Amino acid sequence: MNHLVVYLIVSAILFALGLLAVVSRRNAIAVLMGVELILNSANINFVAFTKFSATTLDGHIVAIFVIIAAAAEAAVALAIVLNIYNNYKTINVDDAASLRG
Amino acid sequence: MLFGNLIFYLFVAITVLSAGVVVFSNKLTYAVFALLFTFFGVAGLYVFLEADFLAAVQLLIYVGGVLVLLLFGVMLTNKITDVRISQGSMNRVIGGLIALGIFGILAYVAVTTVWNSSGGRSISETVNTIGILLMTKWLLPFEVASVLLLAALIGAAMLARRPRSRRESS
Repeated sequence: MNHLVVYLIVSAILFALGLLAVVSRRNAIAVLMGVELILNSANINFVAFTKFSATTLDGHIVAIFVIIAAAAEAAVALAIVLNIYNNYKTINVDDAASLRG
Repeated sequence: MLFGNLIFYLFVAITVLSAGVVVFSNKLTYAVFALLFTFFGVAGLYVFLEADFLAAVQLLIYVGGVLVLLLFGVMLTNKITDVRISQGSMNRVIGGLIALGIFGILAYVAVTTVWNSSGGRSISETVNTIGILLMTKWLLPFEVASVLLLAALIGAAMLARRPRSRRESS
């Protein structure tokens, strides 16, 4: 049951869905959720290769760092989204395209 | 072994289907709650990969931290009276084609490549080994990650603060 290819396919599906969310959703929070999906797919790959073709646990360490980066990214990005909402009264990523502050 | 097989594919189905709901749902709150099930399914896959510490970390940080943050974001950026928080999407056809193409490439590579696979060795004592690795081989990235978290904390607090006190401080 535990074949490496199954995990890789699941990870590819998650990556494609996350990419689709990033590209096509207009709500900034939905875009953030797509980014989380992409990071999770990368993590699945790291952990799967750690189990199936590595001799150390370095993949787990990298996965932990990815989770740390994802948490920091979510916090800062949501603060930015709240600021955009306060300034523009919308979080549609197409409406907040002005470069003037 | 058949029962474990069933559970494994159940987790795979949970992960993939709820990720689909995250992407294609029109209601943003539904998408956030579907993301909860996606994270839960990924944690289950970690358990099948014998990464028990990572599964616990996934549940604690993603479900307990990131998801609550996203829910706060949804609640704060939409009016409470607006029950149906719907957000359309654009370029769905082109984006779908691109995503499908990338999935095809990734799946083709994953299937056709002959991986250096040992058939799955059994991993024991992940917490012990991860702790030793973090304090020896990965010590510098560990410290950098702590500085990154501090910077994210300060930056998020600075950005999300009400700009009302700017006049008083300057």
